[in-house]
Amino acid sequence: MSVSPNNQSTDQSIHFSTSQHINFSTTQLINYTLHLADNALILGHGNSEWTGHGPVLEQDIAISNIALDLIGQSRYLYQYAADLINQSNNPFPPVSGRPVTEDDLAYLRDVLEFKNCILVEQPNGDWAQTILRQFFFSAYQYFFYEQLKQSSDERLSAIAEKSLKETTYHLRWSGDWVIRLGDGTEDSHSRMLKAIDELWMFTGELFEIAPYDEAALQNGIGVNVKELGVLWKQKVTAVFEEATLPVPQTTTFQKGGKTGIHSEHLGFILAEMQFLQRAYPNSQW
Amino acid sequence: MSVHELETLFQDKVDKEIKIEPKDWMPEKYRKTLIRQISQHAHSEIVGMLPEGNWITRAPSLKRKAALLAKVQDEAGHGLYLYSAAETLGISREEMLEQLHNGTAKYSSIFNYPTLAWADIGAIGWLVDGAAIMNQVPLCRTSFGPYARAMVRVCKEESFHQRQGFEILLTLSKGNEAQQRMAQDAINRWWWPSVMMFGPKDDESPNTLQSMKWKIKRFTNDELRQKFIDVCAEQVKFLGLMLPDADLKWNEERGHYDFGKINWDEFWQVVNGNGPCNKQRLDARRKAHDEGEWVRQAAVAYAEKKKMKATMVAA
Repeated sequence: MSVSPNNQSTDQSIHFSTSQHINFSTTQLINYTLHLADNALILGHGNSEWTGHGPVLEQDIAISNIALDLIGQSRYLYQYAADLINQSNNPFPPVSGRPVTEDDLAYLRDVLEFKNCILVEQPNGDWAQTILRQFFFSAYQYFFYEQLKQSSDERLSAIAEKSLKETTYHLRWSGDWVIRLGDGTEDSHSRMLKAIDELWMFTGELFEIAPYDEAALQNGIGVNVKELGVLWKQKVTAVFEEATLPVPQTTTFQKGGKTGIHSEHLGFILAEMQFLQRAYPNSQW
Repeated sequence: MSVHELETLFQDKVDKEIKIEPKDWMPEKYRKTLIRQISQHAHSEIVGMLPEGNWITRAPSLKRKAALLAKVQDEAGHGLYLYSAAETLGISREEMLEQLHNGTAKYSSIFNYPTLAWADIGAIGWLVDGAAIMNQVPLCRTSFGPYARAMVRVCKEESFHQRQGFEILLTLSKGNEAQQRMAQDAINRWWWPSVMMFGPKDDESPNTLQSMKWKIKRFTNDELRQKFIDVCAEQVKFLGLMLPDADLKWNEERGHYDFGKINWDEFWQVVNGNGPCNKQRLDARRKAHDEGEWVRQAAVAYAEKKKMKATMVAA
């Protein structure tokens, strides 16, 4: 019997999908938690590229702080996902013979397994683009956590409660900057317009329901993101109005990240982020 | 009162360990020395963010990533306190940054060395922050009040950073062979530049004597250097690694470690702009500043608009 690489991968995927140890809802809860963790990590990682390069020292500190908050949130979420995986008997192929950790989940999954929205993996661009990306995301995350606090899942509810305080600050900070740049100089205004043009198309995905959203919603665990869209739009409209910026009427068609179909940027982010873990496998750091 | 009388009074205060405050009379040279030293220190914090910042996006675990990010952010905070302390002496942050960008102000040469591997982050924490602490702890008692108070805050955080750095190396030293090699290599590259962080030898350090008299400085460069070497020579044993100095040996008679010859030629080369990353570090600072120009302008423009609206409402 020949063993071609093709056969191997088929075997593996069969093994993965027929695992007897986990039930449907645990898998979806893991995916749901990973999705939230990936959002926070990838955006935090992007923001951290500003550290040491910010436009003014105080804002260098502020954006680094937000990066830290987001990475911190991702850790709570990955730790929870790791616990769920371990309790359900380790269906995480890159790791065997020991419990899965937060780092395995961040560093040993590839692009197609990441579940973050495409918005958060967009490049930093200039300060306007970074600010707008943060504002769009924080406005979403704020309403999201506000509802996730009510989750019947105690861990998620606790994470939401703690994170909401941070997100409230992120939203205020980024909103203030949107206003300042929109209503600042001609140059800053036109940079904001460009940033809107770059990022608006990715905002719709924040409110798309992925299979794990559906499952989490049915179990009283998750948030109905579709409904958040209205609140989000109100917030964005109010801030844009003060910033003298137009709210685009165009469609927000880009999506796929939540189910693993990303933009080309994520591969480069992971290549950099995961380098050491990939180059020196099974090491302690 | 004549200048001479004022100077006597000033020195008297210094001798009695009474802190000099910004509004107090001080000799012009004291003010200038402090501006130079504090701004140089602030610039070192800001430029120092770059070599370590390099590794935030590549840190090998989430815990390390968060810790490194927090550390580099702390350095920005230190820069902020120090710029503020210098501002009390009558120079603006803008002027100090201009001096950094046009090359007239110096910053610690150590940051002109590259961070090539993850272990460098450990070596910087252990050695570079360790050397910085040796320098900075006495500065908590320096004669100028705002500088001393800024240093108290800085030192608390620095010693935390140093432990973190040592712990990174300790983990690597207990790891696999590749990790141990990585740790040793980082120590090899960072040791001598760290030893040089204390500045030229006492007999080639023209400012030391006056600075000691004014109690800006409490120990000489060579005293601090020796103390640093003594401490590191012991600590390295816990790592099971070596300091790259064949002449390093305990001298019973002196009660200190003897050490090998320092390459002063390299020291002056780097001070004078010819280190491996002098150009890259300054370019990165200038780029951040230049590219931030429109942001700062927008913030000012918006603040002015808002002020005008408020005045109109009030009227």
